[in-house]
Amino acid sequence: MAATTGESRYRDSAVGRVLAWFISTLKLMARNRVGFAGFLVVSTIVLVTFIGPVFLPSEVPVNVNEIYETPSLSHPLGTDSEGKDVLLQVINGGRPILTIGFLAAAISTTIAVTLGSLGGFVGGRVDTGFTWLADMVLTIPQLPLLAVLAGILRLNSKIAVAGLIGLLFWPTLMRAIRAQVLSLKERDYVESARALGLGTPHIVFREIAPNMAGYIAINFTLAVTSSMYAVVGLTLLGLVPLSEENWGVMINLAWTRGAIFSKDSVFYIMSPIAAIALFQLGLVAMNRSLSEIFDPRLRRGA
Amino acid sequence: MSGTPIELEHASRSYGSGSQQVRAVDDVSFTIEPGQTLCLVGESGCGKSTTGRMTAGLLEPSQGRVLYGEKEIDALPDAEKRRFRQAVQIIHQDPYASLNPIRNVTQILSAPLRRHKLTKSRSELQNRLRELLETVGLTPPEEFLKKYPHQLSGGQRQRVSVARALTVDPEFIVADEPVSMVDVSMRIGLLNMLLGLQKDLGVAFLFITHDLAVAKHFSWEGRIGVMYLGRMVELGPTQKLVREPVHPYTRALISALPEADPELTRNKERLSLRSPDIPSLLDLPAGCPFHPRCPMYEEGLCDTDRPAEDAVILEEHLAACYVAARELGQEDRIPESSRAAGAEAARRTA
Repeated sequence: MAATTGESRYRDSAVGRVLAWFISTLKLMARNRVGFAGFLVVSTIVLVTFIGPVFLPSEVPVNVNEIYETPSLSHPLGTDSEGKDVLLQVINGGRPILTIGFLAAAISTTIAVTLGSLGGFVGGRVDTGFTWLADMVLTIPQLPLLAVLAGILRLNSKIAVAGLIGLLFWPTLMRAIRAQVLSLKERDYVESARALGLGTPHIVFREIAPNMAGYIAINFTLAVTSSMYAVVGLTLLGLVPLSEENWGVMINLAWTRGAIFSKDSVFYIMSPIAAIALFQLGLVAMNRSLSEIFDPRLRRGA
Repeated sequence: MSGTPIELEHASRSYGSGSQQVRAVDDVSFTIEPGQTLCLVGESGCGKSTTGRMTAGLLEPSQGRVLYGEKEIDALPDAEKRRFRQAVQIIHQDPYASLNPIRNVTQILSAPLRRHKLTKSRSELQNRLRELLETVGLTPPEEFLKKYPHQLSGGQRQRVSVARALTVDPEFIVADEPVSMVDVSMRIGLLNMLLGLQKDLGVAFLFITHDLAVAKHFSWEGRIGVMYLGRMVELGPTQKLVREPVHPYTRALISALPEADPELTRNKERLSLRSPDIPSLLDLPAGCPFHPRCPMYEEGLCDTDRPAEDAVILEEHLAACYVAARELGQEDRIPESSRAAGAEAARRTA
């Protein structure tokens, strides 16, 4: 196996081990073409939106002589109602949305995994309590609640927005994790591990958790997706302050400036939407590779 | 081989709660000395597996005790508990569920070796892995070290399970139907491999099976225990139990066993049951739980008291049947109430 030779070559230092792990993961990623394409799309968008703004002016210059230009070499995606370059705005506006998406997904996944596995393992009252909490959050319609809460609370920072989304989006995953733990902890191989005296940490982190890792990773990407939708939706509704450029703000401005009635601004309103859609598509495609990485049974030719 | 006997002392295990309680295992006792083999046979749901898991210390009995040497398993101090965990291993029935699908053979086998520091260096670990795979007949070992469970056949998986149990040099293995889910063509190979472990390594076995023929093959030198609805109905040395079964349930099982010689099978005395249905554990019949199906059923005698598992004692051979006790001249072992009820019923029919 190619991954093995890579491993043995670098195994001696910690850096080498991380590198070997990275290379073997990348190789696994490349086994599925659709998944690898998704991975490339996602990493390109992340790199461009996070590193790109460093080389760009923080404010895209206004030019009243170039309002609603069609795409050209100097403005690949045309200009908006103030003559600002749309491509530059798309590059500048990705970071806040992606940051909030990943942050909110991290918060909701962490809550879901912690409460779900604790409930599943410990059982009893702890489990009843967590499940009850999840049911309660789950029965409240989330987007309207989010809209109401965003209206009441002053959401001035990204962390506050991400926290609010994260706190509302965990119950579905939590219930799924709990069900998986309940089923996994009764497996014969877990009993064998107990009989071999391998200890609880080994059983949790080596036998049970890796069996859920693929599921958790995929749900994390789905949580990123839904968190991004949520934050763009909130911005579009104007419930999050429009203090900086981001994809949601772009859609909101394009909308309020009558973009849907004007043929000229089709690139202005569609560009951020396309960026969001492309990123989501990339994530979903990447999931194919992720599931192969975490489950050897799915690897082709293995 | 030095070892420690394992003893079940009036062990019971109930599932469920309130009025829906089911006694999966009810008051079972036996001792397994180092190097000995005991086969548990019985139909599905009779409590064989539950008994096995209690013996392996993986399930606490609701009542009664499981003793390792002189001490109760759950009360063992840490050091001895660790020794027990290495001494007693379990092999499961389903080779598709007993191996973690995301761990390869090397990972599966090296975890216990590392955990208990049984190998000192990387090369020693590699040698030990090879040796283990050879012991269980997976040769050449190099071919299997990197394989994941889904790349192996049922028989090969079961051999990996056995190798995993052998990593810690156990004195005692609970084998829970180890061959029932393996292809028939692979069974005898697997059985003989386990028999080899027993002979060469002196491993004691609690071997659970629903197949009396397999039990006969595996424990010809050992003992067989027959279970019915959570109770031990007959326990004795295999050769004696097979030739002269005492309990009617055992007799029925043995009479249903096909012989290699068709002539023998045709001429075998066949014992037919009065009913094919197993009573529900939720609603056990009064007295002997086997009486609704028993061909030797006698009114009064059989449906008054539940026969103790040592109602009949023929040296090492025990059986829980009052009719047999009376026929073998052990009437003093039948409680007064059953004897009276039997006599009363006999008077009425006369």
